[in-house]
Amino acid sequence: MNKILIIAKRELSTFFDSLIAYILLIVFLGFSGFFTWLYGSDVFLSGQASIQPFFSIAYWTLFFFIPALTMKMFAEEKNTGTIELLLTKAVTDWDIIFGKFFACLALVGIAIAFSLPWYLTVWWLGPVDHGAVWCGYLGLLLMSSTYIGIGLFTSSITNSQIVAFLLSLLIGVFFLIIFQVLANSVSGILATIFDYLSISNHFESISRGVLDSKNIFYFLSITAVCLIATEAILSRRKIME
Amino acid sequence: MNIRVNNLTKRYGTQKAVDNISFEVKSGEILGFLGPNGAGKTTTMKIITCFMAPSEGDVLMGEYSILSDANLLKKRIGYLPENNPLYVDMPVIEYLAFSASIQGVPKAQVKGRIREMVRLCGLDKEKHKNIGELSKGYRQRVGLAQAMIHNPDVLILDEPTTGLDPNQIVEIRELIKELGKEKTVIFSTHILPEVEATCNRVIIINDGKIVADGAPSDLRKQASGAEVSRLKIEDGNPDDILQKLRSLENIALVDYNGHTFTIETKKGETSRRQVFYLCVENNWVLTELSPIERDLEEVFRNVTMG
Repeated sequence: MNKILIIAKRELSTFFDSLIAYILLIVFLGFSGFFTWLYGSDVFLSGQASIQPFFSIAYWTLFFFIPALTMKMFAEEKNTGTIELLLTKAVTDWDIIFGKFFACLALVGIAIAFSLPWYLTVWWLGPVDHGAVWCGYLGLLLMSSTYIGIGLFTSSITNSQIVAFLLSLLIGVFFLIIFQVLANSVSGILATIFDYLSISNHFESISRGVLDSKNIFYFLSITAVCLIATEAILSRRKIME
Repeated sequence: MNIRVNNLTKRYGTQKAVDNISFEVKSGEILGFLGPNGAGKTTTMKIITCFMAPSEGDVLMGEYSILSDANLLKKRIGYLPENNPLYVDMPVIEYLAFSASIQGVPKAQVKGRIREMVRLCGLDKEKHKNIGELSKGYRQRVGLAQAMIHNPDVLILDEPTTGLDPNQIVEIRELIKELGKEKTVIFSTHILPEVEATCNRVIIINDGKIVADGAPSDLRKQASGAEVSRLKIEDGNPDDILQKLRSLENIALVDYNGHTFTIETKKGETSRRQVFYLCVENNWVLTELSPIERDLEEVFRNVTMG
């Protein structure tokens, strides 16, 4: 646990030292803020004291935002060779994976936390369904961990950050759109499977305030599968053939 | 901690990078790991440091095996990988603190260890800079510092002196020698004088196999079967000199290049005295008589080119 914390702290401070953190915070908050308050079906247009618009926007901004964070996690270390240094320290592969995972989650958490004043503003404007808001925030965090899992996995299979970025967008698109489309175009058991795999249903029900353990399980299980796959990739070097 | 490498083999596909090598290094020994590029030095080191698993064989340190006790061993190994990879966006001090805490140095000792490493590796002037801003020589020192920060029993250094200037090389060698007094050190290089200057033992590896193993002086002796000397003789007719040298009974070969003579004595004998008396007899002036020592370089070429 201690080692995970040390690695996460280093990763997080690298984000802030290299300006990545600031740029992504500004971009994330700028985009989400613009669409939540000023453009399209924003808060004023809907005429309800709800920050539902923010959740639907964040759903998309995080989709681009997170692969940009995770792409360097393993790809850069493999490219520069520092992964060898890290893996020969007194840490396990899981310490490294969880360290990087929590560093990304912490940065996303910080970004999302900066949107809390919007919640307070809406609250000031009218009566808010507090439960739904907190559920929405929880949903964002759960969805973020899924994206981070996917991102860490794609970063672990290549030396190139761009490839990692594009691959995780590609996998992300499947969960975000393509599974949904497939579910609508086939029938029977396949439709049920694709429907289950699609993120949107699960996220929507959480962000509406329905806290169902099935949805939580969905996000956590995809995250777990991705992290286990990452570990499998990392530990290939230790197989005696 | 003693290191015992037992029948280590590593295959990449069908190619054997390391082919059934075994050797032992004792505590307090500095082992020079020598070989042409691609001989399997780095692969062997990566296996010893628990970075990757061997295809066959095992490495034991003390009573621990890299196969089953990697997590325990990693704490006691300091490793400087080839090309010295570092987090270039971190300041030196922060990086050392990170290395120390991740290697399990108790919090109370971290500061002291960093101070010690900064002093030992001469990093004082550069300690607040980002690693990316440092010259290659200083980066190498940071690499050494991070390898030693947790005071490991075993130090594995993969080409620690590449890219350093001659002064720095001497400094690093002195440092390795100093450390080698109480630790087990394995370092790889393809610079031969380096081995002579630092190691008490050399292993030469070629195509994944050990082709020579011993003290540098032993290896040199092995290679130099016969005494070879270079002579410069003045005040005489070269043809005459050549002929008379050839007539000396313990000389096997004489060669003249228009300038100096090279003589090879028969195995196990010496001919220097005879050469001297020959010159005195004939009133020649012997202006140079220098033994040509076969150096490690020749040993190296002999065993790796064969």
